[in-house]
Amino acid sequence: MDEVVEVTGLEKAYGPLRAVGGIDFTVHGGEVFAFLGPNGAGKTTTVEILEGLRPRTGGEVRVLGLDPWTELGRLKQRIGVLPQDFHYFPKSTPREAVRLYARLFGEVVDEDALLGRVELSDKADDHFDTLSGGQHQKLGVALALVNDPEVCFLDEPTTGLDPRARRSIWEVIRGLRRAGKAVFLTTHYLEEAELLSDRISIIDSGRLVATGAPEEIIARFGRAERLRVTGGPELVGHLRGLGYAVEGDEGGVEIELRTRGDALRILETIDLSGLPWTSFSTKRETLEDVFIRLVGKLDNGTVRLGDKAEVPA
Amino acid sequence: MKLRHVAVYFPTFARGYLRNPLGLFMSLIFPVILILIFGAVFSNSGVSRVALTVENLDGNSPASVQFLNALNDTGVLSVAMVDPSVGDLSTYLSHHSLSAGLVVPSGFAANVTSHRPVHLLVYTNPTSSVGGIVLGAVNGVTNGFNLRLANGTVVLSTVALNVGGQTYAYIDYFVPGLIGFSILVSPMFSMVNISSTWKRDKLFRQLSLTPLSRAEWLTATLVWYVVLAAVSAAMLSAVGVLVFGAHVTLTWLALPFLVAGPILFVAIGLLAGSASGTPESAAVIGNVITFPMMFLSGTFFPVAVFPSWLQTVARFLPLYYVIDGLNAGMVFNNPGAVATDALIVFALALVASLAAVRVFSWRES
Repeated sequence: MDEVVEVTGLEKAYGPLRAVGGIDFTVHGGEVFAFLGPNGAGKTTTVEILEGLRPRTGGEVRVLGLDPWTELGRLKQRIGVLPQDFHYFPKSTPREAVRLYARLFGEVVDEDALLGRVELSDKADDHFDTLSGGQHQKLGVALALVNDPEVCFLDEPTTGLDPRARRSIWEVIRGLRRAGKAVFLTTHYLEEAELLSDRISIIDSGRLVATGAPEEIIARFGRAERLRVTGGPELVGHLRGLGYAVEGDEGGVEIELRTRGDALRILETIDLSGLPWTSFSTKRETLEDVFIRLVGKLDNGTVRLGDKAEVPA
Repeated sequence: MKLRHVAVYFPTFARGYLRNPLGLFMSLIFPVILILIFGAVFSNSGVSRVALTVENLDGNSPASVQFLNALNDTGVLSVAMVDPSVGDLSTYLSHHSLSAGLVVPSGFAANVTSHRPVHLLVYTNPTSSVGGIVLGAVNGVTNGFNLRLANGTVVLSTVALNVGGQTYAYIDYFVPGLIGFSILVSPMFSMVNISSTWKRDKLFRQLSLTPLSRAEWLTATLVWYVVLAAVSAAMLSAVGVLVFGAHVTLTWLALPFLVAGPILFVAIGLLAGSASGTPESAAVIGNVITFPMMFLSGTFFPVAVFPSWLQTVARFLPLYYVIDGLNAGMVFNNPGAVATDALIVFALALVASLAAVRVFSWRES
């Protein structure tokens, strides 16, 4: 697959502060790539460097083969950007905004269709300063799509949106993917990243701590799948006696599964033992569990990825 | 630079301005209100007289009445009589907050007839500017009386004429002054506000994501303020001529200032706004630049009435050359003076624009 974003050894410093400390990743055409990290990790700095809004201190960056800082004029014809804290002219309407963008980009755009795509048709002729925060975001997404971009950078596109509006933006992102566009997504909602992304990078204190498909990251950094059986406290002793790693409480037991077959064997053992039990379930860690563990560990200082003192942006 | 981009973006900027009633009021309506107020206040300035309070202790003798009539006929003084029973005139003037007074002594007529010295007491307030006018007028009339009593012949006399063969009134200077005010205030306040609040709201970042360039944005903005200045100049000239009969003409000689003036003040506003950290501090910097320049450049009063050191200060202010040039063009129809002022304003506009383009950035570091 084509590499539409190539980042090698990217560094960004603000005076003595290092916001991004040498990171590498690539984004392929037609994929949704989520870039995750806690506040101040260097996310927005990285995105803004890719969008050509900030210069880098070191490393190489190519978006669609172009240097975003020196070749922005050519690049912005081919990318769409929803920046963080999107604002527009207070006395302009969404329809006027889309029309202005279309004319500047030299595109013929069906304004109603585009605004309908982000569920903003009923507010098409209202002034920006009368719209809600969520409606602002929707207009930002619409403007990012005006020039039919090959790569779309969406920095927290669903922040402040209600669940229904969030789903409509998800649908826009899925549509872009289906159309073969690349989406570079930054979000605080990890379930959103897990649901939408083909690949993910997690950045913390200016360094990448994990990159890969969501399931790969969960498999690599998450705890093993667990089987929970509700029943009496005597189950704990019985299973431990058979050599299983068991954690028990008053409501039942939890057993770490090394293989899928473990679940069948354990349930058969319990059933044959005659001990009382009522139900069972399996529990798999989510991306959020993994994210919190990865970033939390770093925050606690128990995992060191480098010996330089990194300062968040 | 693509003119198509300028043309496409221009309506967005214009609409934003037109939909903001406060901005529109400050740019177009406020100067008209000012011309109506100042025009009404000063429309009679050419014939205003200084009140002179007179206590005649000579019992309205024919000679004293003739003398007082002569004072009234100067056209400079307006004689107001008080009864001699008021006593000391100096005390009376103080109690009634009056600036000038005259005592005609008892025996005035008899002494004049017998050619004996008469001392007229003239009271003036040293803190008031009318003292010189009163003394000059009273001395003039007294000298005329002395000449006649001595049977002298008038050898030297003066004929008063107006510059350019035309009568100039305050309103004639005020119209170009207010057009200068309009050229200064709209771009300065707007650009200080825009360059700070748009930066805070990241609107420049948003524009930088489109094909519109900084130069195209600046051109569209300049065009808007030139249009605004032209509309304001037309409105102020119309009100000046139709309401107050001002002798001004909106000639092509005003054009250089209606173009270079807004460019100059857009650039200065952009510099001031870019130099400040927050919209609040930008507003303060904008006021600090605008208000002294507004008062010292001849907006409300001709610079010629200032003390000489203040006139020197005024020559360091860009607005001075805008107003001086508008005056030269619109009132005196003097292309030579217009050319000099226009050259200075264009040069200042060029320097300020280059500095603004250098300092003002859309992207962040």
